[in-house]
Amino acid sequence: MKAKALIPLVIFVALIGFFGVALWHAQTRDMHEIPSPLIDKPAPAFTLAQLHVPEKTLSLADMKGKVWLLNVWASWCVACREEHPVLVGFAAQKVLPIIGLNYKDKRDDGLAWLAAGGDPYTASIVDADGRVGINYGVYGVPETFLIDGNGRIRYKQIGPITPEVLDKVLLPRIRELQRG
Amino acid sequence: MVSARDTQSIVIPAKAGIQGAPTIRMPAFAGMTNIVVFLRHTLLALAFAFGFASTTAIAAPDTALEEHVTHISERLRCLVCQNQSIAESQADLANDLRRQVREMLAAGKTDKEILAYMVERYGDFVLYDPPFQTTTLLLWGGPAALMLIALGGFAWTVRLRRRHAITTALSPEESARARALLGRDKDNNNENPA
Repeated sequence: MKAKALIPLVIFVALIGFFGVALWHAQTRDMHEIPSPLIDKPAPAFTLAQLHVPEKTLSLADMKGKVWLLNVWASWCVACREEHPVLVGFAAQKVLPIIGLNYKDKRDDGLAWLAAGGDPYTASIVDADGRVGINYGVYGVPETFLIDGNGRIRYKQIGPITPEVLDKVLLPRIRELQRG
Repeated sequence: MVSARDTQSIVIPAKAGIQGAPTIRMPAFAGMTNIVVFLRHTLLALAFAFGFASTTAIAAPDTALEEHVTHISERLRCLVCQNQSIAESQADLANDLRRQVREMLAAGKTDKEILAYMVERYGDFVLYDPPFQTTTLLLWGGPAALMLIALGGFAWTVRLRRRHAITTALSPEESARARALLGRDKDNNNENPA
């Protein structure tokens, strides 16, 4: 009889535990981050004009055999300001090619941004109307895709690349892909 | 399809006009000011004209198609503003995705194909009605499971109470006493009808 009286208490404690875990989870994980279904899938094909040389194009096929980063950026993107110096510093190490996808931007603004803050990109391509962005499931800027030599997307970084993200998340994955 | 692409290229200069206008510095000379005001008005008028042109270009084509676009967009979650559908949201991405839906419909794609296209790129999260699969088992089955647990608990309690009621049935003496008490109560009531 006494044990039975404890049942409501046990249920109550279980519920508190349940809510507690959910709260903790919500704090540690950004609810705005939506896992991409494109991970380990072939990267969507594109052929886009280059930002610096509009008459030249770059397509996905050109990057075949290389491990590379596709960094989605725009001059109007506030978080990109935080990311940009990190990318410039990383590009100087020449670890891998970084292709910039200038997303829904104006050419002049994009060029001015690179002139002012430094150009970390092996090449920049222009996605003025955001169509390639849609194909890559881009829903915010900046986003960065790590693509392997077979043209598969292996990782997607949502939000700016901070020094921490670079060291703990991206670099280990890049090294692993470059080894294999 | 062609018109949508045209409007996209039109919208950008329109924005440039609005952004550009306030950055013009006012010169000290009154004569120059007039020119600047004239220029600014022209710019604004142009921007307005372009803006107007772009809205009519989008609204004009055909209402049945637009209704269909809205119908599909209502089933898609806006990923920037997650509590709105793509039909409701004015976010840039929502506009682009509506354009995508419109173009795919115009190209003869079915609703199913369009939704599949979105899921391929943005995941199940983009759907307001997530599909029934192992990862969503708890989501879909949870309420039913909770209902079953509640019903089970209810049935169990009812059974316990019934058993309790049977074992604590009154003994013959007790029922005699109860009858006597009830009877007296009745008599009392009859004596003093309140």
